[in-house]
Amino acid sequence: LSGSVTMAADREERRFAEVSRDSVKLMAESAGLELGDEVAALLAEDVCYRLREAAQSSAQFMRHAKRKKLTVDDFNKALRWSNVEAICGYGAQDAMLFRSVKEGELFFVEDRDINLIELALATNIPKGCAETMVRGMFTLLSSVVAPCSVPAAVQSLSDDLLKYYQQITRAILGEDPHLMKVKSVSHDLEQLNRLLHMVKSLVQNPYLYLGSYVRSLVSSVMYCILEPLAASINPLNDHWTLRDYAALLLSHIFWTHGDLVSGLYRQILLSLQKVLSDPVRPLCSHYGAVVGLHALGWKAVERVLFPHLPAYWANLQAVLDDYSVSNAQVKADGHKVYGAILVAVERLLKMKALSLPQPAEGCSSSQPGCLAGPMGYRVSSPGLSPPPEPLAEAGLGIASHLQAGGAGCQWEEWSPVPLPAMYSELYSFFGDSLAVRFSTEQSFGGFSPCTPSHFRETRKEPLGHVSNPDTTRKMPQLTANLNISPRQDGSPRTDPPPPSLAATGSVRSLARSSMQRSRASSSRSGQRSIGLSRDVFPKARFTSPHSGPPTFSFVIGGRQMGRRCQGRRPFQTIFVPTPPPPVVLPRVYTHKLPVIGRVCKPLRRWTRSHYSLHLPL
Amino acid sequence: MEHDQFKFIFKMAAVQGGMVDAKDELDIKSEPPSDGFGNSNANDGRLLSSSPGAGTGGTATGNNKPAPGPPEEQQTLLAVLQFLKKSKLAESAEILRREAGLPEDALDPKGTDASGSGPGLAAGSGQVDGVDASSLLSRVTVSSSAAAQAPKKAGEDQPDVSVVLSAYSQQGDPSLYDAYYSGLKRFIESVLDCHRAELSQLFYPLFVHMYLELVYNNNESVAKAFFEKFSGDQECYYEQDLRILSSLTKKEHMKGNETLLDFRTSKFVLRISRDSYQLLKRHLQERQNNQIWNIIQEHLYIDIFDGMPRSKSQIDAMSGSLAGEARREANKAKVFYGLLKEPEIELPLDDEDEEAENEEGKPKKKKPKKDSMGSKSKKQDPNAPLQTRIPLPELKDSDKLDKIMYMKESTKRIRLGSDNLPSICFYTFLNAYQGLTAVDVTDDSSLIAGGFADSTVRVWSVTPKKLRKVKSAADLNLIDKESDDVLERIMDEKTASELKILYGHSGPVYGISFSPDRNYLLSSSEDGTIRLWSLQTFTCLVGYKGHNYPVWDTQFSPYGYYFVSGGHDRVARLWATDHYQPLRIFAGHLADITCTRFHPNSNYVATGSSDRTIRLWDVLNGNCVRIFTGHKGPIHALAFSPNGKFLASGATDGRVLLWDIGHGLMVGELKGHTDTIYSLRFSRDGEILASGSMDNTVRLWDAMKAFDDLETDDFTAATGHIHLQDNSQELLLGTYMTKSTPVLHLHFTRRNLLLAAGAYNP
Repeated sequence: LSGSVTMAADREERRFAEVSRDSVKLMAESAGLELGDEVAALLAEDVCYRLREAAQSSAQFMRHAKRKKLTVDDFNKALRWSNVEAICGYGAQDAMLFRSVKEGELFFVEDRDINLIELALATNIPKGCAETMVRGMFTLLSSVVAPCSVPAAVQSLSDDLLKYYQQITRAILGEDPHLMKVKSVSHDLEQLNRLLHMVKSLVQNPYLYLGSYVRSLVSSVMYCILEPLAASINPLNDHWTLRDYAALLLSHIFWTHGDLVSGLYRQILLSLQKVLSDPVRPLCSHYGAVVGLHALGWKAVERVLFPHLPAYWANLQAVLDDYSVSNAQVKADGHKVYGAILVAVERLLKMKALSLPQPAEGCSSSQPGCLAGPMGYRVSSPGLSPPPEPLAEAGLGIASHLQAGGAGCQWEEWSPVPLPAMYSELYSFFGDSLAVRFSTEQSFGGFSPCTPSHFRETRKEPLGHVSNPDTTRKMPQLTANLNISPRQDGSPRTDPPPPSLAATGSVRSLARSSMQRSRASSSRSGQRSIGLSRDVFPKARFTSPHSGPPTFSFVIGGRQMGRRCQGRRPFQTIFVPTPPPPVVLPRVYTHKLPVIGRVCKPLRRWTRSHYSLHLPL
Repeated sequence: MEHDQFKFIFKMAAVQGGMVDAKDELDIKSEPPSDGFGNSNANDGRLLSSSPGAGTGGTATGNNKPAPGPPEEQQTLLAVLQFLKKSKLAESAEILRREAGLPEDALDPKGTDASGSGPGLAAGSGQVDGVDASSLLSRVTVSSSAAAQAPKKAGEDQPDVSVVLSAYSQQGDPSLYDAYYSGLKRFIESVLDCHRAELSQLFYPLFVHMYLELVYNNNESVAKAFFEKFSGDQECYYEQDLRILSSLTKKEHMKGNETLLDFRTSKFVLRISRDSYQLLKRHLQERQNNQIWNIIQEHLYIDIFDGMPRSKSQIDAMSGSLAGEARREANKAKVFYGLLKEPEIELPLDDEDEEAENEEGKPKKKKPKKDSMGSKSKKQDPNAPLQTRIPLPELKDSDKLDKIMYMKESTKRIRLGSDNLPSICFYTFLNAYQGLTAVDVTDDSSLIAGGFADSTVRVWSVTPKKLRKVKSAADLNLIDKESDDVLERIMDEKTASELKILYGHSGPVYGISFSPDRNYLLSSSEDGTIRLWSLQTFTCLVGYKGHNYPVWDTQFSPYGYYFVSGGHDRVARLWATDHYQPLRIFAGHLADITCTRFHPNSNYVATGSSDRTIRLWDVLNGNCVRIFTGHKGPIHALAFSPNGKFLASGATDGRVLLWDIGHGLMVGELKGHTDTIYSLRFSRDGEILASGSMDNTVRLWDAMKAFDDLETDDFTAATGHIHLQDNSQELLLGTYMTKSTPVLHLHFTRRNLLLAAGAYNP
């Protein structure tokens, strides 16, 4: 008989849970009984059957409670109605931990001791559950019936989104202005900031299908980026941060939801371009346009900012070179814009260089880090390029400054500028400050030899503007911002390995570009002799093959040079070896790292392409 | 030794209380079968009323005519005699014996035994004694109390069940069962296509009975092998039952298993055409396959009809219930499904003028409507029951006011249709951690009530009007009773709140219903009671006890006063609010009654059950007038169309079925939901059917189209064969998702706005 039982159990265990004979025996022992095998087997089977029966009848309690999950309570009810004692102590809603002790082959439900005294004397009495309540909302508004009392702007939001909207507006603004009416609060940076954060959370809410509202969102974010906000009149207001954040957000929205709205990318670019090409606009708007472009990726910079730079440069130059006291504020703003452009073009160049197929060949095998850089970049590059969209797509009803953007000026004619040409042009504007920021020299693959002379020529233009070289001049402070990188495209891998600066060691005075170039070229030749490698931006100058891990720190400080400055390269670059930078990339939006007067501030090495510029004057 | 072991098991297995003594069991189960094909057993005087309905029929057998008539009565007399003797009432016993004309030795154990034990007595009942009669006695007492308490659970109807089970004791060779079944299977597979579908219906009941027979006769391993081999052949909609069946492998398990009892206590009904039946009969007789023939004779009811055999889809549409299809004659009774005449109430004229001012087009529309209303009320609907068929409460002044309100509202009602869907307003119960189990909304949509698993009932006002209690008796005395606003004055302003919680139940509240006049609220609970609450004082007025098991649903009659309830005890009860005992008991379902609904004319009650059937009961006489089969899972939602002609039902199988009450036919199948349907509701004019489900959707169906397309010819009506076209997709007008909120209740406001309710289920 027992044999048949085990056989039956074997066959049945696939279908049902089984209580083994041994368990029954154990239970009997614990109750002080001695059971024979046969009895135990019969009992075990009966217990199994009763369990199944109870489980089946407990299912109906679950059904009537309109639940899908069978609870202990249901089971207890089934037990109670079949005159069996309920099991206590398992009423918790959460899943119970089922543990096993390997040595003893013991399985048990974890049952923690609770210190009742502690619980009783606890001062933080937990709040009770929220009150049960009923709230009505429309699931379907029939067009004929709908007694629409909702504001017209959000009427189309419909359904429960309406509720959501109301909750949001109440929570964020305290009152009830329309979501898209940012203007009404443009005097209050705090509110704008909150608004932006709200937009961010909206964008990040994976359960929300934004659909066509992306346009509205984008338009309000654009507003924050571009408009000469009322708040920016007061120089004490840090509207720059707001713009930076908005730009980041813009790119975030764009990358995550860009596919929802066709032609969005183009519209954004057009409106940014329009702002940029409008000299009447205040500098802060221009700043916004630049950071906006920057945030949208280097391709946007290449497409919009770069062609405009020559025209724009003159204006900026004029501002920067006006030393009148009344102009101080504007000039400060100008420096901000200058810095922003610098950062933008820097990344443009770097990315462009990396995206060219050329560097892969040029990158020598002796520099694995260098190899990894372009590779890593190429992996992430599809994400950086804007999603495919028909260029012919007409701008639909988006906010005004998006719609009016540029009327397609130059848009169609745009053609990529080859990297060398671009570099040379940019160099003409930025001079050495550009070169320094790359920590590189101007050797571009095969054509570098000719450039220096070319540079020198072009650079004469800005030289002429320096009217009073002796004037004490406050230099723009470059401050680094650890931004949230929108798509992690600034991950450490994509950057070229930071140059190790141990070789140079000393503070470099970059008063004269020619001097620097000569020095650079000398070091380049030195590098050639050593490494025999050529990169787009070779790190030869600073590279010492045996200098240990590539750690560095650099600070660009706006210190007055004792010497005469020429052009726009008043930056002092200090390279000092430092301990390895922290690896963790803080994902918080930290504010300006104060760098004035400090030299050895370590920087996160991969933040370079993302920091925005501040001029905390 | 084996015997002892059984006793032991009995005691261990007695989880359901009230088991009769093991000895009784042994004796009773050894009774010969009541009838059977080719069964020559003489059923002399021991023929117990083993007809399946006896136990649940609930007919009192209080009057014992002292005439030794039919054997049952003699048995009863014997039992009474036995009782008298036991109670030492020798004189009375003697008188009774003499009057009944029973022989002197009527109570002699041996005599009884001799008369009882026929030649077919199975082995195992060696010791027989006088308990026989006492077990009978228990039967008698049970059945006499059946009027008040439906006998159903373990101990009470155990004797009955044992009788039925005992039919299994005569057995063939267990090893041949396999061959029998596969022989029949081969035969059915080889017959003509037109017959195959019909004869295939035999598979499931035969399979179950053969399996149970094997189990009953302790052929566990054979039974298991049998199950393994043939369970795969059964229709998928029997899966649930098969799972229960497969867990049952021991004879002693059969005793307490309710599903099994259901299966045993009723004959499985099959509808087979005469041709197919002849074919089957011939085959079985040729093969001398008595085993199967016996089962067919004893446990199946074959409803033979003349005409074309039915197709597979026709059969599938109707089968699926626990006990097969409904017998045709079960749906033959006339049902007065028409509506009652509305009392004539004059609409105040000034309001009409007001309306006319509001809108230019209104008066024109209104005129014909008014006329049609008037003409309708004059002409008696031929299908409507007599106005006085069921005594209905008289209208109070407040009811008349409400009727006027209703009529006014209905003039503003939106005419729905496939191109004009209703707006849906969803009431979400937030923070309902305690578990929302039932919802109801008043007819005028001013109040919403929720029944919760923590035994509370909560009533909310969804209008700005707060809920107020009536003042205390002392304060009421101070009120000027002559004032015009006395109704306002009696309310205690201090108690005004949006929510009132009603405490009283001791188990989850599964059913909830507002009275039409909004003065009362009914709640039914797991604790076996139904409570009537006053919405004036927000206190409990009455606790109706009668169901001794969880009460799954309750509903007020559309005219108030009456209400119906149904629960785990498989009976539905009709109550009146002023009676603490039920007026009617509707017994017949083979499993829990899961939902109950009143017909709009209050003369009928529909109940849905876990046995996967819907029954329609006549309130007047308590008869079951319709049995609808076709669902493949427990039925959880019912709704009558506003004109009273149709019934919609929803079940755990996610399908909505539509029924024509007059003809007793299934007229539509709406497929689309993916989970249990918990709520159904017709729009006020019956154009739209809304269904709400556990799958977090509300779906709207074109009811008008579903019913318009209907052509019920005489043939269909006569045979009950239906041809359903699969047009669910055409009829589905819309699917509306909620945010992870199962839809527990649906309600159309008087203006045809759809309200839905459920608890957010994170």
